[in-house]
Amino acid sequence: MVVKTLTINDRLISARESETILEAARDADIHIPTLCHLEGVSDIGACRLCLVEIAGSSQLQPACVTKVAEGMEIQTNSERLQKYRRMIIEMLFAEGNHICAVCVANGNCELQDLAVEMGMDSVSLTYQFPQRTVDLSHERFGIDHNRCVLCTRCVRVCDEIEGAHTWDMAGRGHSSHVITDLNQPWGTADSCTSCGKCLMACPTGAIFSQGSTVGEMSKERSKLEFITIARKKGEWVSR
Amino acid sequence: MNKLKLATVWLGGCSGCHMSFLDLDEWLIDLAAKVELVYSPLADIKEYPEGVDLVLVEGAVANEDNLELIKKVRDRSSILVSFGDCAVTGNVTAMRNPVGEPESFLQRCYLEAADIQNQIPHEPGIVPTLLDRVLPVHHIVDVDVYLPGCPPNADRIRAALEMLLRGEVSRLTGESIRFG
Ligand code: SF4
Ligand code: SF4
Ligand code: SF4
Ligand code: FES
Repeated sequence: MVVKTLTINDRLISARESETILEAARDADIHIPTLCHLEGVSDIGACRLCLVEIAGSSQLQPACVTKVAEGMEIQTNSERLQKYRRMIIEMLFAEGNHICAVCVANGNCELQDLAVEMGMDSVSLTYQFPQRTVDLSHERFGIDHNRCVLCTRCVRVCDEIEGAHTWDMAGRGHSSHVITDLNQPWGTADSCTSCGKCLMACPTGAIFSQGSTVGEMSKERSKLEFITIARKKGEWVSR
Repeated sequence: MNKLKLATVWLGGCSGCHMSFLDLDEWLIDLAAKVELVYSPLADIKEYPEGVDLVLVEGAVANEDNLELIKKVRDRSSILVSFGDCAVTGNVTAMRNPVGEPESFLQRCYLEAADIQNQIPHEPGIVPTLLDRVLPVHHIVDVDVYLPGCPPNADRIRAALEMLLRGEVSRLTGESIRFG
């Protein structure tokens, strides 16, 4: 095991060579906000919330997909980063239709938590008010695209952990959205095993259990963590 | 001692923020000792006065009456607080926006979805004309302090008012800015 020494927020830490900046920071109890990162599935660096400053480079790097290196000097919470993060959260709120007061995830939502963390008391950008759909065709679950932040955590967990690959992305730019099977109603997607992993992985109120009302949809992330971390640690018996 | 002139305004909201204001219970008595209520849906005053020190604005800007009033409120008040999620984000009031022009959602709500007496309300001079889009208050006029929540609970309102009564005008942070 090769160990690298680096500093995060002027604190000297050591990390395994294979670790990302995010993993090294978390091992050292240094908080870096994330949204598309989900413990136990691959990282894609999509949401940019975990951006950090690395001395000697003018470009910001996403901590979840950047590996540590010897002598790296990292800042995780500069004023510039705080400004960008708030802007990202504002963009996510302005781009969808987030009406927390009537949302199943109110009070249990990672996006809402991030807004509080970033001090977002209002959104300065123009709200887009897009026309998006709700799919209630699955007998146990539903998806409300108005609240989807396109993090693809559902896509990755369904593919990498459940092995079903029911979810995928379709469309570009403004019209990007997640789809089930061949862009058909979720209830008719044969590949879905109804395991509920996407529901647990979804950071917002986009994927929910049918029949849950305002604020009732608390995600059982611990169950998902149990499964993904057991896999990471090789606790599953391979055949 | 000159009492601080306080106003509260009700635009496109459900009045829940005002109900929550009344939830301040006995603290309202302390508040009454410090302020003079110069305009409010809770008081019978017809015209928004000049020289208001502090105003709480509930609701989004949804129709022409709201639009006219909010401009007057801004002109005549020193500190304007966007009070509750409808004022801050548009919230439930703005749920009509994705449906499109007023004509389409009026048709949807009052004709298609109605069970009895299906008709679109039309009383010029009484029922104000709807704006094409519902907008948060700060998209029309400058806002000094945002107090989110649907509704902001009494503790939040009290904390914000206590800050403002001390003469501090700063952004709220932490749990007191959680939407919903
Ligand atoms: S998904 Fe989260 S941010 Fe969006 S409306 Fe629901 S609680 Fe609010
Ligand atoms: S319920 Fe399971 S199989 Fe179905 S889409 Fe979600 S993760 Fe995939
Ligand atoms: S449905 Fe949920 S998990 Fe899937 S992309 Fe949207 S927000 Fe992310
Ligand atoms: S958590 Fe790193 S880019 Fe989303």
